Amino acid sequence: MSNAVSTARKTAPTSARTDAGQNGQRNAALAWLTVPALFFFLAFAVVPLAGVLILSFTSWDGIGAIGSAGMSNWFSVLADPGLYNALGLTFLIMIASWLVQTPISLLLGVFTAGSQRYRAALAVLYFLPLLLSSAAVAIAFKALLDPNFGLATGLGLPFLAQDWLGVPHLALGLVIFVIAWQFVPFHTLIYQGGVRQIPKSLYEAAEIDGAGTIKQFFHITLPQLKYTIITSSTLMVVGSLTYFDLIFVLTGGGPGNSTRILALDMYLRGFRANLMGPASVIAVILVLIGLALALFLQRLGGKDKQGSQLEGM
Amino acid sequence: MKQPQTSRRSFLALAALTPFAVAATTACGTSGPGSSPAGGGASMWYLSGEPNQTTMQKAVDAFGSANPDDKIAVTYFQNDAYKTKIKTAIGAGQAPTIIYGWGGGTLKTYAEANQVEDLTAWFDENPDLKNKFFPASFGAATVNDKIYALPNQYVAPIVLFYNKELFEKAGAQPPKTWDDVMSLVKTFNGMGVAPFSLGGQSRWTSMMWLEYLLDRIGGAEVFTAIFEGKPDSWLDPAVIETGTKIQELVSADGFIKGFSSIAADSNADQALLFTGKAAMMLHGSWTYGAMKKDGQNFVQDGKLGFVQFPTVAGGKGDPKNGVGNPAAYMSISSKATDTEKEAAKKFFKEGIMTETVIDTYINSGSVPIVNGIEDKLDTSPDKEFLNFVYDLAKNAPNFQQSWDQALSPTAAEALLNNIDQLFLKSITPQQFAENMNATLGK
Repeated sequence: MSNAVSTARKTAPTSARTDAGQNGQRNAALAWLTVPALFFFLAFAVVPLAGVLILSFTSWDGIGAIGSAGMSNWFSVLADPGLYNALGLTFLIMIASWLVQTPISLLLGVFTAGSQRYRAALAVLYFLPLLLSSAAVAIAFKALLDPNFGLATGLGLPFLAQDWLGVPHLALGLVIFVIAWQFVPFHTLIYQGGVRQIPKSLYEAAEIDGAGTIKQFFHITLPQLKYTIITSSTLMVVGSLTYFDLIFVLTGGGPGNSTRILALDMYLRGFRANLMGPASVIAVILVLIGLALALFLQRLGGKDKQGSQLEGM
Repeated sequence: MKQPQTSRRSFLALAALTPFAVAATTACGTSGPGSSPAGGGASMWYLSGEPNQTTMQKAVDAFGSANPDDKIAVTYFQNDAYKTKIKTAIGAGQAPTIIYGWGGGTLKTYAEANQVEDLTAWFDENPDLKNKFFPASFGAATVNDKIYALPNQYVAPIVLFYNKELFEKAGAQPPKTWDDVMSLVKTFNGMGVAPFSLGGQSRWTSMMWLEYLLDRIGGAEVFTAIFEGKPDSWLDPAVIETGTKIQELVSADGFIKGFSSIAADSNADQALLFTGKAAMMLHGSWTYGAMKKDGQNFVQDGKLGFVQFPTVAGGKGDPKNGVGNPAAYMSISSKATDTEKEAAKKFFKEGIMTETVIDTYINSGSVPIVNGIEDKLDTSPDKEFLNFVYDLAKNAPNFQQSWDQALSPTAAEALLNNIDQLFLKSITPQQFAENMNATLGK
């Protein structure tokens, strides 16, 4: 809505008088069309957000009456070392996920973008994890990694028979691995589409100039994929804030608190410990972090200079 | 003229879309999973897992065919998932008519929020029903002298199970004292067998160790003080000693490798015992029935041994004290309609603890909380275990309800989280006591 209104303001003074009236009318009509979307946004995003903000100043066990708590929830949560543990883990998983997933999905995307038959066949296999729900993936990995009845004992591979989900640092590494296993196919798909958009003529020209495959990758493919990388990274980074189902089923935040990320911490406080107030504080913190990250990534992409990368083509 | 035309068109578009939007928003508020079957009756949520699921389904089916107008619709959930789901459903006003639970602190939060029916008067009108059950089973159903739940099912003390075959092989006797425990740990580790099986990811499984140890070391009074919220009651030296003993046991590899990633919901901990990968297991008496069903004649061939939790040298607790679940509890949602409530009460009276159900529980190796069952227990093929459980529950000077059910949900979650860390040795016993002390009164 705000977009439509602001364009109306910008264009009105520059256009001729007769146009101005018509333009204004059309924009008003267009503004009406945003009403349904706006309604959904209000009902499902703004109202719950406001509710959470209000709840963060109350004490409520989720069942009984809601009482005012002033700032006490905020003070207690901000003084709780559990919050900083959860924040640290969230960012650790975010960064590690990006570092693991981006190169793999970029290379797989470039590979599957090729037109050979065998590549298409392999691509189908790569995309399989995308079809499974997070809970199913978590249950499957949990069963496979069971230290006593899992895959390693079944196949007689003692080096695999670690207590994967029972030792804090192993559990954390495993969570990052399983997240990558599940989401790499999705990002591969994004990169595959991005690579296929690159005009063939660029590569033909490079070949004439004598550039090899590796040089072509670094000087054509990678720069041309700049916006794809930003899109994929935004999805990865903001999405990592909401990793919940997989970790909840796989480790439940354990062992100890070693995989208790922010979203899980919020759930456990709210729905296990019946502390809706402190859980709402964490929800507000999550929203703020998500907003800040999204803004930062958009800046990184150069919001104002969405120039074409195909100038002169 | 253009303007009225466009605005009317956009208004029509808006009008056409509004019903969808309204439908989409209201859809969230209408009948949820807790709704009752069409044509009267009540809804109920119950725990999945055998043998109880089949027992309950048969009881419900029998009641339904005798009372076609008051059918009970049951949905089954896994234990750990259920505990969260029921709380959320009650808070959202979507609870089933019959709320299954463990009584204690959780029931208290429901009762104080007026979410469950006060059944005191109804029990007074039905003295036969009230006198049918063990008097002790009403303790955890009572909040401020009012009864909010029907005790049912069976009494489930925590028992130390052991694998007789492995003990014979080792030439060992089941532990009578904590020193025996520590020396058995050495014996079995030397044999390449894990001393104790434990489903530590579920956390309440680890809690059972603390419940017994604290009782044996400090006596029942220590937890009673905690339960009553007395200041600094968690800082009792007995708590610290309990934590120290547990960490010594963990350090001595007392528990099976990988215990903190084993979940009790899958019964993997029981499988470790009956497949001979672990020699002992501290667990609820309900696992007897499950092991009898899953253990391929492990129980039937008499390979499963069971003893009371060992004593601790210099401890104050009575070795006859027990911990566990005094019964299962069922409450009626105060948000249910009158017909639903009546159907539920009828089911409570006529459907839930029938002779058939009582016999089924006994056959699956459990002691129903019904008076006058001694003869039935004596004629059962599982009489050895049944009498053991019956005597344990009956003769215990103090039978402590499981801590996570006795305490408020807030304190219970903090307790489970800190127990997990204590077993991982990421906090010291002193830190454990201090962390828990901060939850008193919450």
